[in-house]
Amino acid sequence: MSKVAVHFDLNGKARSEFVDGGATLLDLLRTRIGDMSPKAGCLQGSCGCCTVLIDGEPRLACITLAEDVQGREVETARGLPDGAGRLHPLQQAFIDGFATQCGFCTPGMLMAAKALLNRKPNPTRADVIDAISGNFCRCTGYAPIIDAILAAAEAGRAA
Amino acid sequence: MMRIEKSYFADERDDDLHEIGQPRQRADVLGHVTGITSFYADRNHEGMLHLKMVRSPHHHARIRSIDISAAAAHPGVRRVLLAADVPHNIYTILSFIGILPEDEPVLAFDKVRWMGEPVAAVLADSPRAAAEAVALVQVDYDPLPAIFDVEEAMQPGAPLVNEYHGQNWYAYDSGDARKVRLGDVAKGFAEADVVLEQRYQSSPIEQAPSETSGCVVVPDQNGRFTCYTGTQAMFFSLTNAAIILDVPESKLHFVGGTVGGGFGGKTDTVCEPIAILASMVTGQAISFQFNRHEEMQMSSPRAAERIYLKHGVMKDGRIVACEVRCYVDSGAYSRLSPYGTNKAAAHFPGPYTIPNVAIDAYCVYTNRTPSSAMRGFGCTIGDFALEVQMDKLARLIGMDPLEFRFINAYRDGDMKAHHQPTEGAALIECMQEAAKIAHWPVDPRFMAMSSRKGS
Repeated sequence: MSKVAVHFDLNGKARSEFVDGGATLLDLLRTRIGDMSPKAGCLQGSCGCCTVLIDGEPRLACITLAEDVQGREVETARGLPDGAGRLHPLQQAFIDGFATQCGFCTPGMLMAAKALLNRKPNPTRADVIDAISGNFCRCTGYAPIIDAILAAAEAGRAA
Repeated sequence: MMRIEKSYFADERDDDLHEIGQPRQRADVLGHVTGITSFYADRNHEGMLHLKMVRSPHHHARIRSIDISAAAAHPGVRRVLLAADVPHNIYTILSFIGILPEDEPVLAFDKVRWMGEPVAAVLADSPRAAAEAVALVQVDYDPLPAIFDVEEAMQPGAPLVNEYHGQNWYAYDSGDARKVRLGDVAKGFAEADVVLEQRYQSSPIEQAPSETSGCVVVPDQNGRFTCYTGTQAMFFSLTNAAIILDVPESKLHFVGGTVGGGFGGKTDTVCEPIAILASMVTGQAISFQFNRHEEMQMSSPRAAERIYLKHGVMKDGRIVACEVRCYVDSGAYSRLSPYGTNKAAAHFPGPYTIPNVAIDAYCVYTNRTPSSAMRGFGCTIGDFALEVQMDKLARLIGMDPLEFRFINAYRDGDMKAHHQPTEGAALIECMQEAAKIAHWPVDPRFMAMSSRKGS
């Protein structure tokens, strides 16, 4: 199978990888690079556990071809803390608000929320619900997650 | 926010609790929000092979022959495992504590009894090669009549699902059903002012965890195998794997405890034994992950139940008789359903004191996906039926449904249907608090009641 060279930014760092034609971005991140934060929950674009940002937009890594990130910026939950290792306000809000239980949906949920706050720092509750409408959670229920995202937006405004 | 109401039973408590009622952070929360928490699938190994099951497309069929030659010759395929390769080809979830029946093969060989039953395991270099080879395994099936209804399954002449049992239901020591008897129901119904009989039916319910079931097995260099697993039942899985593989438990190192949602659906040991066997025969690391379709369709759901409830009540609100017939759809194999059916029998007639009770709970085999554990299994569906029935009974005699429950609520010292006296009851107090919070008007005499008789 022919290999394709893909040059892209992952969490602010330049990467070059050879990928199999037809490999997904999720394969590239998990199997080649070892960033396990995007999760494989369904591999059919329905659960949102593999959500990453491509040029700031939320995308499902399981149904995105690895070749499609050529020259683009990819962000995963592993890149959320700042350079000094301090948690992102969303991460802190998820901790403070008991917005995670088993943790499997959490990285994807955080990335969907980050895309929202990038686009709209002062979201309404309806905006938050819409932003995570593609992300399944089976443990906590959605209310603590929605509250945490709103709390993070609030913290961002205060900062 | 959480509030603990401490006015009830104040004299029975020391009030020296420091944790309950206090928010405490999860120990694993930092890993969860940083994506560092390691689930079973979060590991790569050089040369790791991918296991994919060949599954029955029939609900019920005899297996005439299995031809793996084309699959075995497919590029990237390392091995195809069949029933004969499994050292002890029987899975029984609780056999290690002496609880039978041994009624389920790891890989089917003579018959398939449900659509999706595993017949062969393909091991290949990539998930894609494994999936392609699965389609190349030729199984010659002779389809048999299938049965999907619990009551039809118990009729004479119904197709026999599972030969181990010789009949389509589990034989309890109390007979065809788990039976509970208290008082004289015939006398109770004769006394009753009103009798209501209703039929309740539930569907199977899939636990649907975000993380699908599976495991990753890595061969150590000392004859041991490390199994990273998403099981909820670590020691069931370890011991069952050792029994199926016919090796001492000391040869198996199970790593787990981090489960991407379980809800009971990761209690059966369906992934680890075959994946460890695959690692033993190839010497390679093995990844066996259910895809979403397998998780939804092949992993054992909460059993469907059919419940007939018959209650006799007096116009003053007292329930004087209760008769229950409950059919739990175990699917093609037992797994935890005989146990769940036991729980159902013990759970009826709910938290109510009724002098005359007769309960028959049947664990029935059909050609549906084997059912097993899920959150309160054996009790949850019964509670649904019972509480709907309670509302209907209250309406029938023109009584408020909450007051009707106060009249019948069990209190300390009351004899339960299974002949154990009630201890530590708090139903009345819970209903009092709920009535207050919901502003549901309740007669003062009920608000003055206590679960402690005489107080």
